[in-house]
Amino acid sequence: MPERHVKAKEQQRLIQGNEACAFGALYAGCRFYAGYPITPSSEIMELMSRELPKLGGVFIQMEDEIASISAVIGASWAGVKAMTATSGPGFSLMQEGIGYAAITETPCVIVDCQRWGPSTGQPTKTSQGDVMQAIWGTHGDHPVIVLTASHVRDVFEMTVAAFNFAEQYRVPVIVLLDEVLSHMRENIKMPEPGELLVLERRRPTSLADFKPFADQGFLPFGAGVRFNVTGMAHDEWGFPVQGEEAERQLRRIIHKINQNAAELALYEELYLDDTRMLIVSYGITSRAAAMAVEQLRAEGVPAGLLNLKTLWPFPDFLFEELAPQIEHILVPELNLGQLVREVQRAVQGLPGRSLPVEHLGRVDGSLITPQQIYEHIRQRDQKGERKEERD
Amino acid sequence: MSTSVNAIKKAKEKKRGIKDMSEYYREYLRAEELPSVWCPGCGNGVIVKALVDAVAALGWEKDEVVVVGGIGCSGRTPFLLDYNTLHATHGRALAFATGIKLTRPDLRVIVAMGDGDAAAIGGNHFIHACRRNIDLTAIVFNNAIYGQTGGQLAPTTPQGKRSTTSLLGSIEPAFDLCQLALGAGAGFVARTTVFDFQELRALLKRALAHKGFSVVEVLTSCPTYFGRLNDLREPYEMLHYLKETTIPLEEAAVLDEAKSMGRLPTGVFKDEQRIEYTELYRQLCQMARSARVGSE
Repeated sequence: MPERHVKAKEQQRLIQGNEACAFGALYAGCRFYAGYPITPSSEIMELMSRELPKLGGVFIQMEDEIASISAVIGASWAGVKAMTATSGPGFSLMQEGIGYAAITETPCVIVDCQRWGPSTGQPTKTSQGDVMQAIWGTHGDHPVIVLTASHVRDVFEMTVAAFNFAEQYRVPVIVLLDEVLSHMRENIKMPEPGELLVLERRRPTSLADFKPFADQGFLPFGAGVRFNVTGMAHDEWGFPVQGEEAERQLRRIIHKINQNAAELALYEELYLDDTRMLIVSYGITSRAAAMAVEQLRAEGVPAGLLNLKTLWPFPDFLFEELAPQIEHILVPELNLGQLVREVQRAVQGLPGRSLPVEHLGRVDGSLITPQQIYEHIRQRDQKGERKEERD
Repeated sequence: MSTSVNAIKKAKEKKRGIKDMSEYYREYLRAEELPSVWCPGCGNGVIVKALVDAVAALGWEKDEVVVVGGIGCSGRTPFLLDYNTLHATHGRALAFATGIKLTRPDLRVIVAMGDGDAAAIGGNHFIHACRRNIDLTAIVFNNAIYGQTGGQLAPTTPQGKRSTTSLLGSIEPAFDLCQLALGAGAGFVARTTVFDFQELRALLKRALAHKGFSVVEVLTSCPTYFGRLNDLREPYEMLHYLKETTIPLEEAAVLDEAKSMGRLPTGVFKDEQRIEYTELYRQLCQMARSARVGSE
């Protein structure tokens, strides 16, 4: 039947990473977008401006990125799933709002299409230089979840995951894309409605004794319970406190994320069962790493890949599990050494011998190639062999 | 003013069993947050009282009202009021309020901000809120100084006045927030002082009822910092200063003359209706549904 042919054809779409992000957000039920134009994220905003009005959702272009994240937080407290997208300079401006969302336990999603920095840097060149800023960018100890993606369909799925985590844990979730991934087009199968899990904000079981800041779920403004929301240290009703109560609340919101690190850990693995040479990567770099691993495997090198999709909370437990079989770890990333520090921390102090963790960085605005990773490991092997011969 | 007073009486009568005014205000205030952090002689409480009266006079339910505050002395307003309240970051109250109002146009969203919020760190948000004409009411508590941080120079500190960062007197001209709001396109713009409670209450009521973005700049007293640094140490001296340095619009026949006398005009500068943003957005959604912009 011709109709079925057309439908099957429509399932496959050639789209950009940024488009996949916007479609993923809409799929997840996002109904509020506020943003400010910035390369290389603008296509997300353009698509949301086109699609949200059709769905009765709200789109607004704000006067800057601080206003954008602030409006997103306001919308979340008015009861809808809300997001913004930006890049380096805008992401720096949004740190104020991210801190506010963290302390007020406001569900929201912030997409950062990473470009070469610092400052204006090279707006159209790719980078993975915002990893530490995504985790630690706002002042004070605070909870956030940081996710990545490495291909276009992955961007769709991770954006949906970001909304699910944000709603489930009442926390700002940051999706780190790479400029190349944002603008890369791939033919993907669009998820059907119901194919991916979509979580809704948990409502309290009873309004009578509801406390908005005590892990009892979420109630928006205008739902019949009047409380206060503040960026100050606050009690379970949202009124300022100091000292022990402030500490208790801070520990609670951070613990809420940390204690669920295993549940939040999304990752892909390649040949991890018998790997001795482990590559840890994320985002676009994982694709080069996967190719390098295949090439090394073909030549008998026991290489394996851990592609981290959740960068924070950092999955320490994975390294505890893998450590006994691993001899060496390589962390390729498009920066001068960011996530590698977390890997080093995670393997430090594990029982047994100390595990060498090496970094392979690139900051010329181009991607790390499979060849670079392959050669790096090959050269190391040769050095190792020569050393063994001398011994 | 009599209509306003009558309306309040009516609202009061609605609440059966209420015997005196203090009980009436208790209905709208969060007792556990009192006394407020505001200093003796501070004018902010006068604004809060007028606001409560204005909201009650309009017959709005507490559950449908949202008050968003900024940072600074005025930012403490949300804590005191038994509405849905949000204490935002410095200068961003209008941006937070924008997100709330666009998502829930049925809610009554009021923004309490300081002069630092509106004229300095949040100046960008202020002008764009005026331009967009979203149905929000911005009440600017203008004490002409940074009170909460210890009396530093504000963009609204009159030229020549002292602050802890301009001990010899400010060399900068002060911002005229009403002119700024007019220039940026706000539909309702008014100024008054805490000296004239009746006018304040009437103006707030008009601003709240205005369908569109409204601004009420309220000159308020800060005897602790502005007063102490500028020989107005006593609260009554500060109040008197507010009266002396302002002039009703009707009396200031020629605005230039008032300006030359260094007095700020008070009253309603503009009260014009234009189509409001959430209404326009609703129409846009209908268009988008039928037009299928950039069909998928």
